[in-house]
Amino acid sequence: MYVAVKGGERAIENAHAWLAEERRGNTDIAELGIAQIREQLSLAVNRVMAEGSLYDPDLAALAIKQARGDLIEAIFLIRAYRTTLPRFGASEPVDTGAMACDRRISATFKDLPGGQVLGPTFDYTHRLLDFKLAADGDVPEAPARAAETGDVPHVTGFLNREGLIEEARHDDTPPRDLTREPLEMPADRPLRLQALTRADEGFTLGLAYSTQRGYGRNHAFVGELRIGAVPVEMDIPELGFAIEIGEVTLTECETVNQFTGSKTEPPQFTRGYGLVFGQTERKAISMALVDRALRWEELGEDNVGAPAQDAEFVLYHADNIQATGFLEHIKLPHYVDFQSELELVRKLRREAGVDQVQEAAE
Amino acid sequence: MNAYNFAYLDEQTKRMIRRALLKGLAIPGYQVPFASREMPMPYGWGTGGVQVSAAVLTPEDTFKVIDQGADDTTNAVSIRTFFQRTAGVATTTVTHDATVIQTRHRIPEEALGEGQILVYQVPIPEPLRFLEPRESETRKMHSLEEYGLMHVKLYEDISRHGHIATSYAYPVKVEGRYVMDPSPIPKFDNPKLGDMAAIQLFGAGREQRIYALPPYTQVVSLDFEDHPFEATKADHPCGMCGAQDSYLDELIIDDAGGRMFVCSDTDYCEARQAAGHKGKDAA
Repeated sequence: MYVAVKGGERAIENAHAWLAEERRGNTDIAELGIAQIREQLSLAVNRVMAEGSLYDPDLAALAIKQARGDLIEAIFLIRAYRTTLPRFGASEPVDTGAMACDRRISATFKDLPGGQVLGPTFDYTHRLLDFKLAADGDVPEAPARAAETGDVPHVTGFLNREGLIEEARHDDTPPRDLTREPLEMPADRPLRLQALTRADEGFTLGLAYSTQRGYGRNHAFVGELRIGAVPVEMDIPELGFAIEIGEVTLTECETVNQFTGSKTEPPQFTRGYGLVFGQTERKAISMALVDRALRWEELGEDNVGAPAQDAEFVLYHADNIQATGFLEHIKLPHYVDFQSELELVRKLRREAGVDQVQEAAE
Repeated sequence: MNAYNFAYLDEQTKRMIRRALLKGLAIPGYQVPFASREMPMPYGWGTGGVQVSAAVLTPEDTFKVIDQGADDTTNAVSIRTFFQRTAGVATTTVTHDATVIQTRHRIPEEALGEGQILVYQVPIPEPLRFLEPRESETRKMHSLEEYGLMHVKLYEDISRHGHIATSYAYPVKVEGRYVMDPSPIPKFDNPKLGDMAAIQLFGAGREQRIYALPPYTQVVSLDFEDHPFEATKADHPCGMCGAQDSYLDELIIDDAGGRMFVCSDTDYCEARQAAGHKGKDAA
């Protein structure tokens, strides 16, 4: 005998209690602190800040702890939190030329003003599991020298002097705000860059990789990649001038792309741009490649039908919070839609003359 | 939950949503873009409906949430609890006691009256989406009233299967102008959309669209003269309350694949049982 399914409320409460227990794991093992996550899993923290669009390492660390290390879940927590925050205003544009660089490399020039600084990178590590880390975490002190002071000029600026690279047009129009207005097509470049900087790292990487393999190829050189802290200034109406309110660490990637010219543009190098919160260079490079691919129209290039050239395709599918929500919603009950499909399929089968063996079971 | 505003959203956001709702009511069936916010529940789980409910709820309202017609499915419970916590509004499962009803995939069996608001959760608001994936194209098609593609699709169904092979989210035309997606309600519910006394509001959070049907709006399910629209349901009475006129869920009740049919609208079914109606499977 069928009894109507009840108890959804209690099931949810119990599921939450079980989840909390699983999150904590074995209580014989010391609990993970927010500061530990912030300091020792900082690249995860950076990704959560970048895709969560909120620069706060402590909150990001808390989100990672709460999400049991599921970074997309952590990004979701941060996004849901940030929408509730009041907006006091917008900062001045940050000046990445004034960045205190931890890392600054160029793949296009062997040496250049400001120098090449490798910084804390995995790049030339041999990917061998370090079993010593499992035993103790003591690290020898890294050699240090006094930091270079002064601005570090952008590599693309040198190319610009010769007119070899397209001019980056200066434009003071306030950009549209992706988080306060619905995303509508066509999206201009500032809006596309906003969407890309918070886009899913994996999706962006896959698209960028696809351009390298020929789906909308635009051979990219890393003109420059820099990581470091920049001051954030905000104009305070009561004061009448801008003051420094803090600093953020950013990764900036400028690509220099081959371009043989089109009907509208002369042969010159062209630009792709990536700017992401935190030390997130895989994402920043990917962003720059996808940005460049999306610029086919303004540069008069052919649309070869590559996914990375298709702004609607890229922008409507790059947000992992939207994507994961809709993907996972198919776990919700669909009894009603499924029932109407059942009726339809049965009817079509009846008409097609397929025997309905199942009817006997009724 | 004092850290959050009444019904969670801040007043500026509610005002923005109300503007979109008013525009939607002024142009029935037209999809109004709105700056959907991230909500503390996932996109695709009713964030559009939740934002619309948050924008229309007042402290005096009585709120009902159904998912697939039922008040006690997990996501309905979760959304109802959310508004209990953030708005402190009274909640009910009784259809005619509710002033605001948020629904996913059903219209209640009991006719709604003036003074009630039905809020639909919408996954894909664009009825032309699976014919044309590009938003820039579909918006053009709506503005030019270019719905030929939809009719061709329905016609192809008929030529292939003998009838239209769409059983839910069946497209409708509103006041002879906009083709609208009624959200994935079974087509059994389509006739209730038109001429309804209650206000119908549709919210699609992830897709950032709101649309609406003011009371007593003309809503016609698309069809052809020689293939008229037909609302269908399982050809059985409800096993619990014996109703002949309600939409039914099909349940598998034993290992041999035995089945029974019960009302998907739990409030309707319980009210009938309380009034003494009995189906063949009732205890």
